Amino acid sequence: MIKFFQHIVIWLVLLFLYAPIMILMVYSFTDSTMIGTIKNFSLQNYVTLFTTPELVSMIVGTFTLAIGVALLSTFLGTTGAIGAFYSKKRTRGAIELANQIPVVNADVVTGFSVCILMIVFFKIRKETFIPLIIGQTALCTPFVYLSVLPRLKQMDHHLYEAALDLGCTTSMALRKVVIPQIVPGIVSGFMTAITLSLDDYFITTYTKPATFDTISTYVVNATKGSQTEIKTALWALSTLIFVLAALYVVAQNFAKKKEEKT
Amino acid sequence: MKSNNLRKQLAIPYAIFLIFFVVLPLLVVIYYGFTNGDGEPSFDNFIRFFKNGKTIGTLVYSIAIAVLTTFFCLLLAYPVALIIAKGAYDKHTKFLMIFVLPMWINFTLRVTALKEILTFIEGNLAYHQFFNTILCMVYDFLPFMIMPIYNSLTKLDNGLIEAASDLGANKIQVFFKVILPLSIPGIVSGITMVFLPSMTNYVVLDMIYNSTYIMGSLIGSYFSAYDWHNGSVISIILLMIILGVTVISNKFTESDSKTQMAR
Repeated sequence: MIKFFQHIVIWLVLLFLYAPIMILMVYSFTDSTMIGTIKNFSLQNYVTLFTTPELVSMIVGTFTLAIGVALLSTFLGTTGAIGAFYSKKRTRGAIELANQIPVVNADVVTGFSVCILMIVFFKIRKETFIPLIIGQTALCTPFVYLSVLPRLKQMDHHLYEAALDLGCTTSMALRKVVIPQIVPGIVSGFMTAITLSLDDYFITTYTKPATFDTISTYVVNATKGSQTEIKTALWALSTLIFVLAALYVVAQNFAKKKEEKT
Repeated sequence: MKSNNLRKQLAIPYAIFLIFFVVLPLLVVIYYGFTNGDGEPSFDNFIRFFKNGKTIGTLVYSIAIAVLTTFFCLLLAYPVALIIAKGAYDKHTKFLMIFVLPMWINFTLRVTALKEILTFIEGNLAYHQFFNTILCMVYDFLPFMIMPIYNSLTKLDNGLIEAASDLGANKIQVFFKVILPLSIPGIVSGITMVFLPSMTNYVVLDMIYNSTYIMGSLIGSYFSAYDWHNGSVISIILLMIILGVTVISNKFTESDSKTQMAR
């Protein structure tokens, strides 16, 4: 009886989380413009999605930005974590404290403060993309740092010493011994940075050039507008992103299993 | 000795980045919050905030939204996390993935989906404004509550639960005396992940209505009006709330690590 209730709870919450997106996915393959009106099968939304220049450049721009920001964050976060890990307790404490700020801070405040510093104080123009890239990097890097650090703690430190004793230079020992041991942390940090950048609305909206849009800012504007063609094309985009996310989570699960086996 | 310095020096780029783009922006915000248009120090911005009924109303309204959202997230997330970690699904650890997957999908797209469904069910969203607001917030933040609670529950030693029932505790006693107290760190970190965003994420509201105001939207409107001073005041007030929440939650997790050490 208790088991039965447990199943009910689980499936009700799943229904709540997934019903909207599933229904939207089904409707993305029809020519209807509203949920509830049953019409014919159509791939028109997908055609619109990939042939409207505005939409294509928005999607390409979003992913280019995300990858760029993720690469920058991964570099800063990884070197930062390694450096801080071997630093004195006080230095490490200071870095860790500052690192925690963007993690706990509200995104609105992070975005607004970066905007004030870069645009109002330093007078850097938004069109240079510098405020946008810096702002998103400030948001993403702490999470890379936090996913690399535990790997450094788990690492076998005798290997590094052994490499030095056997004639490695420090940089060689770092590249050949330390980095390979923390790769899983670096990869998951990189992926977290990508999703944070893709998901970000607030930092983007405060620092982006007027003519540039990411998925988040574009969707928010589109829901206020009345262009049904764009609206339903975004349903197709949701479907594709959902499939990508599902594939990624499954792949991640397989990778985890493999790691546990070895 | 030179060799040891190199690995420390790796932290320099990130340390510089943190100083310039994380710490400095906050200092600039504090500077703008405590100065007037002529650059002279003043408290006028704060006095204006606390004297204006509309801004105070917004503060109270967003706290109410945040409290309710957090409460309902907790109400839904705890049973789910408990069932996946210790209940009927404890052999299916992969099940958590399904609940966490929405975190990877852009939140604006997810809210759009919910909006379409609500429009279909209710016809006009304006009739149940407050209910819809909470519903959309809970929908958006639920996965962020499930994950930390699940993590703290899986760490919980099954031996403790068995010991409690062997010593004569019934299921309800086991839950309230063993499981719930030991999962408090997870609950606290879930609350910190939901409370603050639901006070500030005005985009969710913006997408379903264009007129509801919470603390975040004040920053947004001051930003559009190029009013840096008042925008900074809102940021500082939010920062104080964040600081408070962080201090309280650290207390809980610290006492937790102490009890773990004692064991």
